Amino acid sequence: MARELSAVLDHIAKIGELHLDEVEPTSHVVEVTGALRPDEPRPCLPREVALAQAPATSDDGFLVPSPQA
Amino acid sequence: MSATDILELTASAAAAEIAAGSLSAAELFDVYQERAAADRAAGDHGLNCFTWVAETAPETVADGAGGGGNGLRPLAGVPLAVKDLFCTEGVPSQSGSRILEGYLPPYTASAVSRLSAAGASLLAKTNQDEFAMGSSNENSAYGPVRNPWDRSRVPGGSSGGSAAAVAAGLAPWALGTDTGGSIRQPAALCGIVGLKPTYGAVSRYGMIAFASSLDQAGPLTRDVSDAALLLREMVGRDERDATSLQFPHPIELPTAERLDGVTFGVPEELTVEGIEAGVLESFHAALDRARDLGAQVREVRLAHAPHALSAYYVIAPAEASSNLARFDGVRYGYRAAEPSDLLDMYTRTRHDGFGAEVRRRIMLGTYALSSGYYDAYYGRAQRVRTKISEDFRTAFAAVDFILTPTAPTVAFGLGEKTGDPLSMYLSDYCTVPMSLAGIPAISIPCGLSRGLPVGLQVAGSAFSENRLLDVAHALEGALAFDGSPARV
Amino acid sequence: MSDAANASSTETPAGGPPGALEAVIGLEIHVQLATRTKMFCGCELSFGEPPNTRTCPVCLGLPGSLPVANARAVHFGLMIGLALGSELAPRSIFHRKNYFYPDLPKGYQISQYDEPLCLGGSLGDVRIHRVHLEEDAAKLIHVGASGRIHGSDASIVDFNRGGTPLAEIVTEPDLRTPEQASEWLRLLRTTLRQLGVSDVNMEEGSLRCDANISLRPAGASELGVKTELKNMNSFRFIERGIRAEIARQEKLILGGGTVVQETLHFDPGSGAITSLRSKEEAHDYRYFPEPDLLPVRIEQAMIDAASADMTELPAARAERLHAEVGLSAESAQLLAFRGELGDYFEAALAATADPAAPAQVLANWVTGELVSRLGEGEDPASSRVRPEAISALVGLVAEKRVSVGAGRQVLDRLVADGGDPEAIVAAEGLAAMDGGEELAGIVAAALEANADAATRVRGGNPKAIGPIVGYVMRETKGRADGTEVSRLIHEQLGI
Repeated sequence: MARELSAVLDHIAKIGELHLDEVEPTSHVVEVTGALRPDEPRPCLPREVALAQAPATSDDGFLVPSPQA
Repeated sequence: MSATDILELTASAAAAEIAAGSLSAAELFDVYQERAAADRAAGDHGLNCFTWVAETAPETVADGAGGGGNGLRPLAGVPLAVKDLFCTEGVPSQSGSRILEGYLPPYTASAVSRLSAAGASLLAKTNQDEFAMGSSNENSAYGPVRNPWDRSRVPGGSSGGSAAAVAAGLAPWALGTDTGGSIRQPAALCGIVGLKPTYGAVSRYGMIAFASSLDQAGPLTRDVSDAALLLREMVGRDERDATSLQFPHPIELPTAERLDGVTFGVPEELTVEGIEAGVLESFHAALDRARDLGAQVREVRLAHAPHALSAYYVIAPAEASSNLARFDGVRYGYRAAEPSDLLDMYTRTRHDGFGAEVRRRIMLGTYALSSGYYDAYYGRAQRVRTKISEDFRTAFAAVDFILTPTAPTVAFGLGEKTGDPLSMYLSDYCTVPMSLAGIPAISIPCGLSRGLPVGLQVAGSAFSENRLLDVAHALEGALAFDGSPARV
Repeated sequence: MSDAANASSTETPAGGPPGALEAVIGLEIHVQLATRTKMFCGCELSFGEPPNTRTCPVCLGLPGSLPVANARAVHFGLMIGLALGSELAPRSIFHRKNYFYPDLPKGYQISQYDEPLCLGGSLGDVRIHRVHLEEDAAKLIHVGASGRIHGSDASIVDFNRGGTPLAEIVTEPDLRTPEQASEWLRLLRTTLRQLGVSDVNMEEGSLRCDANISLRPAGASELGVKTELKNMNSFRFIERGIRAEIARQEKLILGGGTVVQETLHFDPGSGAITSLRSKEEAHDYRYFPEPDLLPVRIEQAMIDAASADMTELPAARAERLHAEVGLSAESAQLLAFRGELGDYFEAALAATADPAAPAQVLANWVTGELVSRLGEGEDPASSRVRPEAISALVGLVAEKRVSVGAGRQVLDRLVADGGDPEAIVAAEGLAAMDGGEELAGIVAAALEANADAATRVRGGNPKAIGPIVGYVMRETKGRADGTEVSRLIHEQLGI
């Protein structure tokens, strides 16, 4: 893994060769006025559905090892 | 109609037959369902195109009344194979990964819903490289897909299952996704048509994400007309995807047979170095066909194209490293057994659940975004991207479309490049620049080299799909590629 | 300055810096916005709903889901920016803040980084650094040992809250004392409440405040190392927490130690300050622009819409109460900056068409007599004293139909049981005593009963009048008018 990563990193470091000081980075390929959503409710998932694929549940919630442990 | 006749029909032709009443959607579905199920059952002896196959035709198709009703809908009940990463409610959607093995989404991807509403019926989910990361479909947790032209070879990736299924006649058409070439390159290696639309043309809602600013859904089909038909029903603004756009005009089915007045640009940067001799030969022959049809062919410059691959392999892994953070074993998917604490749960779940290539790209991406390296990697790569977009804009001021080979080689052998990720990444050399610029590009088969298909890529400016499809249709007619050797 | 610092300035401990230290405080406030739906999906906001009943693929972070920004949250963000006099960014973008935690379903929070919605501005004496929008995390409930989780304590995650829109307001480190910080936070709270953009309820968590605290030599311009104090959910706790942290840092510095940058928790019960997840803290969030959301371009129409929704803010209200209503600058500011008091006062003012008393008198009764009976920080609107009632009471006193003393008794009754002042006066016989014979008689009796005091008053000691007045007030149950009583006493004493 490390060897392969090094090889890839060497290749992608090629972009360091280019002169790009005055170039703006592309943060979004699509520059359209920000698509905002009206503040209108959409149906929520029933709880059973939300929990259906959970590896572990308890008391209607997702059960995980505690971060405080 | 015999099963053989039925299999000969393109999707458009089948839809027309159903509309005319001379074919029932149910019968069409059954013919393909049987073949798909057989491939799935064949395991290693098959092509391994599918991760799930419908057991029976959906109601809309099965009930005979659907016949007439189906004919009224544009896609007429024609069965569609859908790449594993599209969420399909109640049907496994795993993005080729162990970490989502058996995951059943509670909703369906917008692109798939639209196609269903237009009459498509879900035939199967197709195998793919894990999380769409790959160019050979050897990174799937569910085994590699084989190329129907030569089963010891790869079909390309990441939409390898979709491409192989269409080429082998196991599905009339299929849906795939393209991030750096994942529709176009497998289409080329399998001798079929694959289109990556303008970024934003098709909703990404419900597509298990790889790289958000690059992923696009698109058709894999037997011919350009089928691609246009499927695209037409997929495009459009979706309120659930803020980056989706209203396509400025309806997609039209192509009719062109000549190319008079069309100018093609050929960039040296993508058509000389690193391209296999047989592929180049096929490519140049295709250029001659274009000229025969009345087109002008001239040189263009895409000065930053040689750096596109490097920029892509920074941007895509960076976005992926973030998109894949949600696979943590908390709410769905695989969770490592008996974790000793939270950190153990996270690390083992992700180490065991993700394959090597995915882990490699997550590490690359995390590195590229980390403090102290952001400017040198991600920041730079996004600047390279700006230059590449500029290069295309300049080029399209001088020419109508750009032509390149789709892939630098024909289908390579299974296991040939898996030991050298860099050589695998180079498969995307010709397709990645278009992905970075967000412009549409189509691959059509243009010939054979060493008995294996070669793809011709045609790229156009943003929203030029109608003209692009027309041009591709005309070229397709002139190239007269015969895909039947691939049919199983 | 605390006692510890005063002591040290005379002691000059070894290794400590000479001279006094000053505290430098900045606040980071998270405000839950009062939209109908979440920041990036259409789930309705939850108010105590059963766990995991207000979720969808987006706020659960299901594969394939995508965020779409809530226009109303942006609108509220702009209103906050206008209220704070901030610069509204013509183009702002969302960023991903990447880290792993069970309450973060996507493994990143969508927030804003170097292109926030609003920059700069001020409120009162404090400059604002920035205002930005982001989504709230889910709720994690520690449940202790669970047989279902091997080898570790367990937690349960409830995603109802996850995705709630937040505005994060960051101040410049312009505050210097805990009291100043808590008072300024009250002003901010009033401002946001007036705007109607949030419930700003600290107990419920719709207003959360973290404090950044550092010390430096008084008069220095460089900042010291700061610590972050989190999770304080009342104004009193914030004040005490900041005070405790300042004391801790002082002791540390003056003892020759150095302050470590860390996140701390203040326990109001014990007064202890403890380190909060300092080793798990992810310092590198790998911020990058959120590719699933487009840049937010603030058009003039959006600014106009936000301006149109602006309500009167505390500073403007204070000005109006002073210039138009005629209150003193001090009363005006007090009522304007404590929004509930101002609302109550204006309701009382409006209750009587032609009030007998000047507005200032009503203001004094509200901010003085009423507040002292209800307690600091209590909302008069939730007391039993209706605004119309206190307005009527003040009128009765102004018309001298009830003495000031009796009026206070009526107010006691109103606070305890509510009701109507006129009815209380009638029921308890508290009507003002007319001057005249009855009162003159009681004054005479008072002088007789307090002959020594009377002599001393006549002898030129005005303070000795106290017991005599007291006698009269007791006999009249406070109904006599104090000025009239004094006049009668002096008349009868012949002075």
